Amino acid sequence: MPSLFQQIKAGQIWDFHGGIHPPARKKLTSQAAVAKMPLPDRLYIPLRQHIGVAGKILVKAGDLVLKGQALTGADNAMAIPVHAPTSGKVLSIEPYPSAHPSALPEPTLVLQPDGLDQWRPRHALDYLHTDRAHLLARIQQAGIAGMGGAGFPTHIKSGASTGVDYLIVNAVECEPYISADDVLMQHEAATIVRGIDILCKLLNPKAVLIGIEDDKPLAIAAMQQACSGKSDYLVRVVPAKYPSGGEKQLIQLLTSKEVPNGRRPLDIGIVMQNVGTVFAIAQAVEDDIPLISRIVTVVGQTLQHSQNVRALIGTPVGALLDLCGFAPEPQQRVIMGGPMMGFTLPTLQIPLVKTTNCIIAPTRHELPAAGPEMDCIRCGACAEVCPAVLLPQQLVWYAKAKDYDQLKSYNLADCIECGACAYVCPSEIPLVQYYRVAKAEIRELAREELKAEQAKARFEARNERLERDKQLRAERNQALAAQRQSMLAEQQKQQIIAAQQRLEQSDQPALSKEQIIAERERKKAEARAYQAAKAETVTDTVPAADQPAADPRAAAVAAAIARAKAKKQADAAPVTETVPATEPDADDATTADPRKAAVAAAIARAKAKKLAETAAEPAVAEPEPQKEPDPAETDPRKAAVAAAIARAKAKKLAETAAEPAVTEPEPQKEPEHAETDPRKAAVAAAIARAKAKKLAEQAGTSATPTEISTPESAEPAAPAAAIVDPAAVKQAAIAAAIARAKARQQPPPTEPEQPS
Amino acid sequence: MTEFFVLLISTVLVNNFVLVKFLGLCPFMGVSNKLDSAMGMCLATTFVLTLASLCSYLVDQYILAPLDLMYLRTLTFILVIAVVVQFTEMVVHKTSPALYRVLGIFLPLITTNCAVLGVALLNVKADHGLFQSVVYGFGASVGFSLVLVLFAAMRERLAAADVPLPFRGASIGLVTAGLMSLAFLGFSGLVKS
Amino acid sequence: MSMLTALLALGALALVFGAILGYAALRFKVEADPLVDQIDDILPQTQCGQCGYPGCRPYAEAIANGDAINKCPPGGDAAIKKLADLLGVAAPALDSAQTPAVKRVAFIREDECIGCTKCIQACPVDAILGASKQMHTVISNECTGCDLCVEPCPVNCIDMVPLQVTPDRWKWDLQAIPVTIVESN
Repeated sequence: MPSLFQQIKAGQIWDFHGGIHPPARKKLTSQAAVAKMPLPDRLYIPLRQHIGVAGKILVKAGDLVLKGQALTGADNAMAIPVHAPTSGKVLSIEPYPSAHPSALPEPTLVLQPDGLDQWRPRHALDYLHTDRAHLLARIQQAGIAGMGGAGFPTHIKSGASTGVDYLIVNAVECEPYISADDVLMQHEAATIVRGIDILCKLLNPKAVLIGIEDDKPLAIAAMQQACSGKSDYLVRVVPAKYPSGGEKQLIQLLTSKEVPNGRRPLDIGIVMQNVGTVFAIAQAVEDDIPLISRIVTVVGQTLQHSQNVRALIGTPVGALLDLCGFAPEPQQRVIMGGPMMGFTLPTLQIPLVKTTNCIIAPTRHELPAAGPEMDCIRCGACAEVCPAVLLPQQLVWYAKAKDYDQLKSYNLADCIECGACAYVCPSEIPLVQYYRVAKAEIRELAREELKAEQAKARFEARNERLERDKQLRAERNQALAAQRQSMLAEQQKQQIIAAQQRLEQSDQPALSKEQIIAERERKKAEARAYQAAKAETVTDTVPAADQPAADPRAAAVAAAIARAKAKKQADAAPVTETVPATEPDADDATTADPRKAAVAAAIARAKAKKLAETAAEPAVAEPEPQKEPDPAETDPRKAAVAAAIARAKAKKLAETAAEPAVTEPEPQKEPEHAETDPRKAAVAAAIARAKAKKLAEQAGTSATPTEISTPESAEPAAPAAAIVDPAAVKQAAIAAAIARAKARQQPPPTEPEQPS
Repeated sequence: MTEFFVLLISTVLVNNFVLVKFLGLCPFMGVSNKLDSAMGMCLATTFVLTLASLCSYLVDQYILAPLDLMYLRTLTFILVIAVVVQFTEMVVHKTSPALYRVLGIFLPLITTNCAVLGVALLNVKADHGLFQSVVYGFGASVGFSLVLVLFAAMRERLAAADVPLPFRGASIGLVTAGLMSLAFLGFSGLVKS
Repeated sequence: MSMLTALLALGALALVFGAILGYAALRFKVEADPLVDQIDDILPQTQCGQCGYPGCRPYAEAIANGDAINKCPPGGDAAIKKLADLLGVAAPALDSAQTPAVKRVAFIREDECIGCTKCIQACPVDAILGASKQMHTVISNECTGCDLCVEPCPVNCIDMVPLQVTPDRWKWDLQAIPVTIVESN
């Protein structure tokens, strides 16, 4: 059993399933000479004429270009440059209807030939002494894409360095009417063989198979003659059948191999190039001629001279038709491409591109329009002719029902859109049209699915980002709050320490709590005495209620002082004065019970907290409970200090609070165990009120209250300040004096000196 | 031996439970939208029918008959069928979650499949023995499966066809089932019963 | 007496069957598969909110709990059909006819943009590039056309532009090609 290679070498041809035999109609053009198209007055060069992306635009409107000058650059692997087919001026680069079934506008360069046909400098390459990379670069820069109709970048297809068993040159040209490759081979067989040489250097195949249909005797002879010296270049004649020229079909014909579903021929070791592409490669490497012209079959019974024309890329179709003597009929159709796979042009201004091999301008009789579509009669003729061994009947059934899953399971993707099924359908159903619509829809669905997945990923990433930000913010806030708290605690500790230091550094010897209390009481007694003395000089009416209150208080104070003195002496502690409070429980407390002191401090804290609730500044109240020393505090002095600080804070709070509240807090928050402060404060307040009333009565102006208010607020403040610590007492006294002075300076002319 | 073969042919073709006796039309219409769910339903129903007819025979023979509790037959059979279906559901859920999902609600609805109760009661009526009951149940399920698969394939094509609007969905399905039933009438006389 | 036997017999039968089922329930225990994930995979992930839920996942959860499946315009009939297949229910028609025929993407007129970042915060897929007081621009490839950025813009500089059809994405709508009739001589 000879191996596959031996069989191929021996000239065996296989067959593929299906296929049709439409009338060839090639004799019209294949035996005539190739006409040369004169320069049209405009050339429309689309910037993308291949599968891939357009290259970077190198010129702009108004530039003068030479023949063969690159108009776009080869900046990436899928970019194939386009070149100026002749010298002239670039008029514009604008969207223009494309040579595509949709006729959607694509960027196109409009060139005005200047008639001089001036070439740019050209540099030939000796392929034998050029390395692969340079050869491939030259092929790409020459703008060569597959000229058989698909337009795949040739330098990529020719770039496979290993694993190529066979290079197949596709000279089959199976579609009716088209004879462009036929005449190319008749006249340029030697150049084509040189092109094959170049490809062999790039691909290194085991053998080269040149497939030609048996209805081209002249071309076969020419190629056989040109390949006579090369034992590896095998010219193989295949029976004329449509679509033998399809890539997968030709591979099956010449090598019996099948390209697997979804794969490329390179995966089974085969590279196929159209014969026109091979010719262009030869020209590009040998003569540095880029792809700027090609042979096009212009045929149809409405033309006087149907012939092959060598035309420049970008020539409008109308110009070609006019060259051949176009006499249009009513409702004339002009088809770009063959009768099986071509598409109708919506306007004659569409330009020729690299992949155009035929223009047909038929009469209605020659190529009748399709009749109305009828229902499928399930005859199965379509399945008999399908070269890809598909089931067109099922495919169109599911395409009509838009059942894309079933279409996938029936391998719609393998359809090569050759049109054989539509050709044989007795119901004239446009099968390929349904498949194209379904394929476009499936592609779009796949794209949308991909987009949906990406959108989902982005959405989830965004949610994560927002979560992270929220967390970071929360952590930062917590950290700041902790910082703030520790700072406050630090501050309060500092204050306590400072107060302690002040105590320690004061001139007086270290005093015990009783001593402090005694000291305060002494000072209070002094102040009271002073007040009393002053009160005698003041003849304004003083609320009677205060008087009796003052007297018993004064008496109580004196009694208490005496008691304390006695007790101290008994204790033999270095106490100068003790000022017992009038309340007995306060007396007990002054016996330095630390626990009681702590309790009292706690009570003070509670009062302060209550104050804080009633006042308008919760912030000030907050620190108070916090900064109070622990209930377990046993040092009486520390407790007293803490209580004092609490009072100071409350006082500050009180100052900013509403006026009526000002006088209230002080009596509340003061610890009961020590002071007669409430009384003292009340006394001072009473005095102030009396003064105010007097002034108001005498003045009768609204201005006074405001001025009185300052002494009023100052007075209670003054006694409160007096309690805080000995040093401040003096300050408080000064303040009180100032207030009194101010009060005396009232506009009301006279200070009544009415004796009460 | 031929007796069992004749019984089988009779239940599968001649007295097909769905198209001739018109039992079990619910899952017949409900699951026949897609061919794969129909195949799954066939397997499930076969399992249930065979097992249910066996169990009902045993219960009837050894519990109901001796204790003279014939009047409890329907109740007991339903109990047996419900248990068998529940058991089947659990097995299917475990072994093939895809099938479980595909069948969906129709799996527990086999309980209310009148064909299953019908088989059990007809077994009693025809005084079948143990092996006969099992063959009868198996034949019924094969007949059901055959018709279900045929009908599902047809419905898949009907779904893509250009059906007039009033007929779309279950209507054209029932018309088609009627036509199939007419076709199956052709089997009558095949077995002299 | 016969009633008692009947009751006892049935009761015993029920007990036996119950025991069998109980054993089977333990033996054939199965972890529930996440239906919500399967539904979410079918939804188009535009996060536009046209279904009334704040995103596709909440709608998926609502569907799993029994909500109607025809509320998603971007998913269209295809998604409804898939959901109907998944859940084993009939496929209703799309709830409202507000599906735009053409896919649209947002476009910011940069001359008018003031850099307020409100549209950036609104975009559910972070398809808008920009920062405070810097130019904002929409990344067209990532934009799902959900419309949520148009409202927050204080200067109304965002347009919803239909996607351009290129020959690659043409859907073979032959009727839409403008044809020039060639006069005959």
